[in-house]
Amino acid sequence: MPALACTGDRLPIRVLGWGPLIVVSILLLGTVQSINASTNGTNHGNATGRNANHGSHPNISSGHHKRAFPVLTVDYDKVRMPFEISVWILLASLMKLGFHVIPRLSSVVPESCLLITVGLLVGGLIKVMGKTPPVLDTKLFFLCLLPPIILDAGYFLPIRPFTENVGTILVFAVVGTLWNAFFMGSVLYGVCQIEGTNLGGVDLLACLLFGSIVSAVDPVAVLAVFEEIHINELLHILVFGESLLNDAVTVVLYHLFEEFANVGAVTPGDVFLGVLCFFVVAFGGVLVGAMYGLLSAFTSRFTSHTRVIEPLFVFLYSYMAYLSAEVFHLSGIMSLIACGVVMRPYVEANISHKSYTTIKYFLKMWSSVSETLIFIFLGVSTVVGPHVWNWTFVVATLLLCLVSRVLGVIGLTLIINKFRIAKLTNKDQFIVAYGGLRGAIAFSLAFLLSKDHFPMKHMFLTAIITVIFFTVFVQGMTIRPLVDLLAVKKKKETKNSINEEIHTQFLDHLLTGIEDVCGHYGHHHWKDKLNRFNKKYVKKWLIAGERSKEPQLISFYHKLELKQALMLAESGSGASLTRAHSSTASMQNVQPKRQKSGRAIPQISKYREEEIRKILRANLQKTRQKLHSYNRHTLVGEGLEDSWSEMRLRKQRMALERRMSHYLTVPAKRAESPPMRRARFESAGFIRTPKPRLRFLYWHISKTSFNLLSDNQVYRTKPSPSDVPSISVEQVSAKPPDSVRVLDEVIQKAGRSQESTHRGGDDSPKSREESRGGQVRKPSVKFALGDEDQQKLSRCFSDPGPNKIDEEDEELFLS
Amino acid sequence: MGSTASTLSKIPDVETLMQETGFTPAHMVRLYDRFKALDKERKGHLCPQDFGAIKELAENPIGDRIVGAFFSQGQETLDFHSFVRILAHFRPVDKDRPRDPNVPEPINSRSNKLKFAFQLYDQDKDGKISRAELLQVLRAMLEMQVTEEQLESIADRTIQEADLDRDEAISFDEFRKSLEKVNIDHKMSIRFLR
Repeated sequence: MPALACTGDRLPIRVLGWGPLIVVSILLLGTVQSINASTNGTNHGNATGRNANHGSHPNISSGHHKRAFPVLTVDYDKVRMPFEISVWILLASLMKLGFHVIPRLSSVVPESCLLITVGLLVGGLIKVMGKTPPVLDTKLFFLCLLPPIILDAGYFLPIRPFTENVGTILVFAVVGTLWNAFFMGSVLYGVCQIEGTNLGGVDLLACLLFGSIVSAVDPVAVLAVFEEIHINELLHILVFGESLLNDAVTVVLYHLFEEFANVGAVTPGDVFLGVLCFFVVAFGGVLVGAMYGLLSAFTSRFTSHTRVIEPLFVFLYSYMAYLSAEVFHLSGIMSLIACGVVMRPYVEANISHKSYTTIKYFLKMWSSVSETLIFIFLGVSTVVGPHVWNWTFVVATLLLCLVSRVLGVIGLTLIINKFRIAKLTNKDQFIVAYGGLRGAIAFSLAFLLSKDHFPMKHMFLTAIITVIFFTVFVQGMTIRPLVDLLAVKKKKETKNSINEEIHTQFLDHLLTGIEDVCGHYGHHHWKDKLNRFNKKYVKKWLIAGERSKEPQLISFYHKLELKQALMLAESGSGASLTRAHSSTASMQNVQPKRQKSGRAIPQISKYREEEIRKILRANLQKTRQKLHSYNRHTLVGEGLEDSWSEMRLRKQRMALERRMSHYLTVPAKRAESPPMRRARFESAGFIRTPKPRLRFLYWHISKTSFNLLSDNQVYRTKPSPSDVPSISVEQVSAKPPDSVRVLDEVIQKAGRSQESTHRGGDDSPKSREESRGGQVRKPSVKFALGDEDQQKLSRCFSDPGPNKIDEEDEELFLS
Repeated sequence: MGSTASTLSKIPDVETLMQETGFTPAHMVRLYDRFKALDKERKGHLCPQDFGAIKELAENPIGDRIVGAFFSQGQETLDFHSFVRILAHFRPVDKDRPRDPNVPEPINSRSNKLKFAFQLYDQDKDGKISRAELLQVLRAMLEMQVTEEQLESIADRTIQEADLDRDEAISFDEFRKSLEKVNIDHKMSIRFLR
């Protein structure tokens, strides 16, 4: 690959950069351990010293020397636990940093492999230093490390592909795992019975238990590997969904066999109870999760005044769902997923945008840290041992894992394809089979076994670790080239398109209608019923205020516009400003119809106001730089920045503002629908303009202020002899097609002439974009503002001009 | 099986119909039973009122358009053949169909499905979805919960996104292009019509 060649010379430097990271972290650990050892001694000393002091207090008066006041003491024990935890997390994060510093490494080796390797190294180091490294404590794993990962996965689960494929996923998860467990268990038992392997001590139930532990596909490993290969959505959701839903099966099997391995025999009654237990575990888990999800949604309805703790509710309710499920030995993973899925649409409708971002980033952060720690600890635990290596058992386990997985997938696909519309091809089957990675859950479950009942526990652990290593290293590393080799469809970068959304909804309605005509109660029928129920009853209870009536399409549209506006505020690009401004203007249009009093109006308009302000501010701040670059391209002569023209412009602007602010204070008429106002540009000196940004700015401002003007006004800045843009902003209550076409013409003319004047090729697509964007824009703005809001708005819009931004910007813009 | 054969014999011209639409005998029987069930007055054909009697269809925002699609060309009666032909659009796509340029595409091919959907948008049959038509659809789907301005801005943005040849309307090709990422074969198929 070419990457290596070009970074060849940089590689040593990268390694050099990475080396210190390792050294630092190892030193950290070393110091921790040594401090630990030394403070044990020091503490003793201190303690005895203190005792001695206490003892010597009555003697002080008799003239014994008193200890000098200790200026600096070392008291490590006080902070030992949090300190060590922090060091581990820091180590994990530094490692993660380090991997991405080396460019080649992260594209070949998946992160999970690297992390396990690091864990091995660290464990080895600690062992060399003579201490016992910490083992992956099961309680720590299940209560602290696993939930963030699952919550992250569940909250951001793509619902549509999941529900479309839920049948397939369930078949793979339940039937597939059962098949794996029993096949492996029984064949292993058969292997154990072979003479000469000295495995006679392993009875059937122990084998079955081992089979059930090893057979479960691990969500953490799958996530870690599949995240990086960007495979198409269907396969991703199949493997990932399977790894999540097979938790119920694993839990039941585990407890069943653990229970009966002591007794030694399983009766049919027990089997029946086992099946019953499975249903209880699965549905119980989902029920608990859904309940907590609804509670969380309901709570988020009232958080409009305490936005800061909104994310906390989401996290706490989810965690409690997990813990509550674990109390009853229900499936905690399914509970967590159900909670995330249920609460998400309602919570997102209620919480602020910032809270949403917070939730997203916290979840990603925690799950990332958890994942890293899990893999590192896995590596460390491997070093700890004790290992009982039995060639037969380990090799048999490994082979059986692969064989049973392949057989299971092929067999199940034959059955599933009869019921699917989009059949699973051979390639799909291969990826599903190959993606069945095992991970830390298997290890923890095995670790949980008690040594008394299972004397072969360590042999099990060794075998499981081998399987985990094999799947993560070999399968994890080779799956990416295989995906490329087999030309498996990758994830398409979908840009959210409102076309798609509208047409998809339309097709949903169409299919529901056709199903009704056919009298067929199919997929669409029930989905439609669920949506109606949701809209009619549930949303009213769980979503605050007016947003409960907002149709899905509108909220989608809001999100699109918001995204575009934010993107623009960040990029601050020049020519696409027209479209953005247009769309932000239309964003202001989008206000839900108020049948009752405008109780919630100030809230939303303030929000929009914020957006406008942000964009204006961001764009104004960038105008200066942009202006210079723009100047170089478009100016024929130089020196357009002479002070005289600037001063004139500023004066004109002041006059404009004064007039505008006067009109802005006029209260808006809301009784009848306001006439549509149109903005028209006459850009006589457009080509030579040094301040294109200014032009757009005025266009934007004037558009947004239009509804407040009760009569037609024409603002015209005096055309100046020098090449200063003449901005004429006209209001015309004209019919749509004419003005739009005029606007279109004008912009196109401007665009064309702009294209001809400068040879800078990169600007022409922008101007083309401009004209496209301009033509369909029909700004009609409705602001229903109270008085103070109008004042604020007027102050918001008055700007001093692009040149004196730095000083005047701050004071004129409200915070 | 016996009842299937007997019902099958009641349907006129059933062989050509099965050939044309690709339905199996079991499907034909089921659809015939449904046809009979909808035709409450035993007229032998369906009229728009029969469709109106389907409760869920009345609640569907585009229910009237769907009924209109069945009664295309302004006719007032719908016989079984046309009924089946329309429903054939929603049969799942046959994956291993040989791409023979001489044979016309089957009714349930991807592009024919899309054409059917397109016709539901394009009421005046001029081959384009104009802004007004789009507004009508949006109004129907959003069911009076939004203001005119909102609708208009959404319609504008939709056309702006999809319209490549700048004629302010969405032609069939542009419609198809905007849906290229959607799995139409899956989305526009009804499972029992396999």
